[in-house]
Amino acid sequence: MAFSRRGLMAAAAAAPVLMRASDALAQGIAPRRGGTLQMMLTPEPPVLQIGVNQQGPTLAAAPKMFQGLVTFSPTLEPVPLLAKSWSISDDGKEYIFNLQENVKWHDGRPFTADDVVFSIMKFHTELSPRARAIFTLIDVCEAKDPHTVRIALKQAFQPFMLMFDATAAAIVPKHLFDGQDYRTAPAVQRPIGTGPFKFTEWQRGNFVRMDRFDDYWKPGQPYLDTIIYRIIPDSQSRRLALESGQVLLSQASDIEPFDTPQLRQRPNLEVNTNGWEYFSPLSWIELNHRVKPLDDARVRRAMSMAVDRNFIVNRLWFGVGKPATGPVASTTRFFDANAKIAAFNIAEANRILDQAGFPRNAQGVRFTLKHMPLPYGEIWTRLSEYLRQAMRQIGVALDLESTDAGSWARRVGNWEYETTINFVYQFGDPTLGVERTYVSTNIQRVTFTNTGGYSNPQVDALFLQARSAAASADRARAFSEVQKILVEEVPQIWLTELSFPTIHDKKVRNVITTGLGVSKSFDDVFIVG
Amino acid sequence: MELSRLPGFLLRRGVKAVIVILAIVVCNFFLIHAAPGDPASVIAGQSGAADERFLQQLRTQFGLDEPLYVQLWIYIKGVLTLDLGFSHRQQMPVWTLIAERLPATLLLTGAAFAFAVTAGVTLGTLAARRVGTWWDSVITVIALTFYATPLFWVGLMLVLFFSVWLEWLPSFGMATVGADIEGFAAVLDVGKHLLLPALTLGLFYLAVYARLTRATMLEVADQDFVKTARAKGVPENQVVRRHILRNALLPVITFAGIQAGQLIGGSILVETVFAWPGIGRLAFDALLARDYAVLLGVFFCTSVMVVGFNLVTDLLYAVVDPRVEVEG
Repeated sequence: MAFSRRGLMAAAAAAPVLMRASDALAQGIAPRRGGTLQMMLTPEPPVLQIGVNQQGPTLAAAPKMFQGLVTFSPTLEPVPLLAKSWSISDDGKEYIFNLQENVKWHDGRPFTADDVVFSIMKFHTELSPRARAIFTLIDVCEAKDPHTVRIALKQAFQPFMLMFDATAAAIVPKHLFDGQDYRTAPAVQRPIGTGPFKFTEWQRGNFVRMDRFDDYWKPGQPYLDTIIYRIIPDSQSRRLALESGQVLLSQASDIEPFDTPQLRQRPNLEVNTNGWEYFSPLSWIELNHRVKPLDDARVRRAMSMAVDRNFIVNRLWFGVGKPATGPVASTTRFFDANAKIAAFNIAEANRILDQAGFPRNAQGVRFTLKHMPLPYGEIWTRLSEYLRQAMRQIGVALDLESTDAGSWARRVGNWEYETTINFVYQFGDPTLGVERTYVSTNIQRVTFTNTGGYSNPQVDALFLQARSAAASADRARAFSEVQKILVEEVPQIWLTELSFPTIHDKKVRNVITTGLGVSKSFDDVFIVG
Repeated sequence: MELSRLPGFLLRRGVKAVIVILAIVVCNFFLIHAAPGDPASVIAGQSGAADERFLQQLRTQFGLDEPLYVQLWIYIKGVLTLDLGFSHRQQMPVWTLIAERLPATLLLTGAAFAFAVTAGVTLGTLAARRVGTWWDSVITVIALTFYATPLFWVGLMLVLFFSVWLEWLPSFGMATVGADIEGFAAVLDVGKHLLLPALTLGLFYLAVYARLTRATMLEVADQDFVKTARAKGVPENQVVRRHILRNALLPVITFAGIQAGQLIGGSILVETVFAWPGIGRLAFDALLARDYAVLLGVFFCTSVMVVGFNLVTDLLYAVVDPRVEVEG
């Protein structure tokens, strides 16, 4: 292993050095052409065609091959990508996108406005529930000329732009999908995109390889020759692979939170927790309101007060992430810092439950609830174990029942649970990622809807108001109002704003530069010599 | 064994094997479908967003909207024509997925198997011949230690020692990816990757073979025909090889037959720790994803292996010990 690494470095050093002025200034170092970046992909996704599969690993790897019209800065401002500029009419109903010219698909065909129209109106509308919900608002989507797309909405929808990142609506080649079953088209196995890296090889259970696309539309980019994702199922083996330098970068849940502190100590590694602003995952104890006494707001409030969120962030996640203060993450638009859930207070929580008429029995238990830990790794089991202890302090007994991912999704989707842990992405705007959990119109037998069954006409009305208002100020008012109501009602017990560390060798540069972390094209990433 | 009886024996056993395998297929089918959750709900759970239409589309595509008995009938028809179906999750025929992963697993388990049998029998023989000495104690202690230690822990410790501290061997994977190496260098590269996982998997079985060989050899060594052999002046080495070991090998063969049957499915843990791209991981991931077709396919291959090796074991008995007769 050691000799091959050295061989690679020698090959990299021989490659010509290209440089882009802005990057060089930003880093104080010239981007270097060449090199292979080895990373990890956990868990291995079934297919890498974005749209057909929307799992986290796919959203991390596929943007190397597929691009959106725009991407987003850490403050969620749109940044040009396949659209070099755009304009939005004053009434917020008409969007004009001017596309980059000289963009080619990996098979050599030119990229045009027809591909954009196809991707939006057919591909994603057919495949993706998330896109479907938004793109039904489109009245007209047309190619004005090969490099201009015009979209007219039936009504103003302010978060519309947020749907044009690669992770939400990657642009796919019309000529390879039109007229076929999108899920089974041959292109699903051999992805063809416009991104800086083209798909080369995938040995299942072993690795995915992508190589530099020489006809990429940004001159001189990308800098890397090859990107390789290794599939390493065991978390300790992943940690060893990173420590020994066999891979140079870990992302998302590759590394267990309890391994992060030791990795921080290593002088050659950088730990970066930024890059989750667009997704802003928020975790909570999910309560099924159909189970008594969880329909009682006093009970939910007391349970919320029994949780020490600082302990969770500092002792379980070792300082990565931050305590949640309400239903909206602080990195999501329209977060209201004034709407805060009640602080950690065991005594007060006990008093509330006493007054609400839930006396302790001889064993000190007021009532017992079943609880399914989230089956996505060791850390979630530890969280549930902590919560069992915390709830014990206010006389609430949690009975933990383990499941696997399949059973978990099925049971939550069918409302066959009492309490569990859940977290969802907020996608930058409460209308896109928060509303779905609390409005009664979205109570469905499907995971990630309002499975808890919370229903409050006032909350419904405010979310609707915020959804349809064209002006930011009006939306902000409605969102503030609804956040104030929700922190009193505590429909779900929010825990933490999750963040996942991206840990990489310091010689890998430009890794986290957008609000989407590693879910970017990597066309500016390079390895210093 | 009389050779003339062999074809009839094979025919009778073959018919029985087919019946057994079909019964296993049906049992597996119902067992898998009894687990809560289906592939569509798993995919919905992993996508972070879903609606009714999404789930319905997936279930229709996966053929899950048919009644269970129809799904079973379709599957049995497929198996009878050696068509193991299609993984809709991975968009590939199950045969392709299994064929892709089978060589890796066979290489790993085969190497481990060969190592365990040769080293185990040798150590067991050594211990039996020097029973009561410090040789015997050392071998017994080593065997017991590996027998009692969890596989994944042994694996991690080996990685820690050979990959992290000494930096001699790679800690995961089956080959160096991204480096252009060919010919002998490539074989050597796979060999270096193979060493630790094969050792980890082999050590457990080595312990079993060593203990088994030692115990049966001691038992056989006390028997009259061994004394007779010695009395008529057969050299000690020959006594051990021809008289003791050969008779002591029967239980070892029984166990080897069982282990050989597990060559496909018995290495999930080791494949996980060493990121070895084999069948075990395929089955485990398929289980979590409720990828029914893949899981049934792996089970099918495993059951064929078990039944097949049982047959081979029975034949081997007859070869090693002519007193044993093959019977249908």
